[in-house]
Amino acid sequence: MKDKTIKLLNKKGLRLDGRKLDELRSVKLEVGILPNADGSAYVEHGKNKIIVGVFGPREMHPKHLQRADRMVLRCRYHMAPFSVPERKSPAPSRRENELSKVIRDSLLPSLFVENYPRTGVDLYIEVLQADGGTRCASITAASLALADAGLPMRDIVVACAAGKVNGKIALDLMDTEDKLGDADVPVAYMPNLNAITLLQMDGKLSTKEFEEAVKMAIEGCKKISNIQKEALQTKYKVIKQEEVEE
Amino acid sequence: MPTFFENKQLVIPGDLLAEGEYFAGNNTYKEENKIYASRIGLAEYANKKVNIVALRAFYFPKEGDVVIGTVKEVGFSGWTINIKSPYTAILRASDVLSRSFKPQNDELSQVLTTGDLIVAKVASYDRFHDPQLTVGEPGLGKITKGQIMNMTPTKIPRVIGRQGSMISMIKNETGCQIILGLNGTILITGETPKNEELAMAAITKIEEESHTSGLTDRITKFLKEEKTKMEKK
Repeated sequence: MKDKTIKLLNKKGLRLDGRKLDELRSVKLEVGILPNADGSAYVEHGKNKIIVGVFGPREMHPKHLQRADRMVLRCRYHMAPFSVPERKSPAPSRRENELSKVIRDSLLPSLFVENYPRTGVDLYIEVLQADGGTRCASITAASLALADAGLPMRDIVVACAAGKVNGKIALDLMDTEDKLGDADVPVAYMPNLNAITLLQMDGKLSTKEFEEAVKMAIEGCKKISNIQKEALQTKYKVIKQEEVEE
Repeated sequence: MPTFFENKQLVIPGDLLAEGEYFAGNNTYKEENKIYASRIGLAEYANKKVNIVALRAFYFPKEGDVVIGTVKEVGFSGWTINIKSPYTAILRASDVLSRSFKPQNDELSQVLTTGDLIVAKVASYDRFHDPQLTVGEPGLGKITKGQIMNMTPTKIPRVIGRQGSMISMIKNETGCQIILGLNGTILITGETPKNEELAMAAITKIEEESHTSGLTDRITKFLKEEKTKMEKK
């Protein structure tokens, strides 16, 4: 049951880790870290550490999963046994299956699936360390990995959550805030097209609070999106620098 | 009607490239009169068309493309060929034997077997069928000698050069025969392994510097220098 005595905000209105209400955790992104995968990315979002690998597009096996009119995106979100304080069983849980589905659905609108019929893309998300908001961090990294694999995309998807702690709307909840707070609203977003591809809510919010949370989450998405762009460009920047030298 | 990029600027998926009466070229898409990038690459603009030379891509089969593939499996009436694309290609036995094929008379694995490399042309491909290859033209067929190297398929046009200037120059300088598979595989056959290595070094250099201008001249210089070094030894 909820422990009402725990204070998530101090007198100055700062959060447990000293952040302001509308402040993100530090985000670090890296692209192309796995030489064996066609595309890959690594994200550190606060204490979250997530690695993503992409294979394909390739022939879809087993064949009965092929779709005659489109590419199939297969996604596996998995948490390592050591990713949480209490050992997590490595077998896929209900939550992991659900998140795999949710992440897949939030990435699909960014891909031109209809251009590559009968093929499949495999997306493997491995959570090495979890501290709340892993689905958002996973989407952010997975989208970069897909771009790194050379898949044509409408836009790069970025995700961020907002929630409610001690009666106030706050950006990017961490694990304790998520568990003891009142609500969590993860949003995945395509910044250039201004389109939302994932919108969930758990907990209770009034309509007004909900709108405020979505707005705040989108602002967070835009900030992370800039980090994302930079990460993708750094991998290829070497090329640009050479050009300047000549 | 503005464009929002400089020539050869590095762009990433979702970047807005142009607005108005423009055509969407390679690796771009158009939505509501706006042109966006769909791959990481260098943006170019010519004749009202916005193009991106992708830095990361995979080979997508097209009719008439010459490709180099590996035999994956010997089947009942043909072979399946790996051409490093999302689809495996089919090569029919009747096409290779150039006569009607009878399973009781011919043993397919004696003609081509798993692991063999072939140069072939994409005879047909559409959304509903896997690409079909043909070897019924001069210069196509099983590879018996030479060296193979791989590169990103989008960089192959750079190796060919403007109207084939780059590739014919390398052929002349090294005395090697070079076949460029549009799927990113290259076959080099020369009189000596040294010549082959020289051609390979030149192609690797092209791959690394594919985005720079005046490349043909630099490669010519590079080959001449390497050749004099070889003669001195």
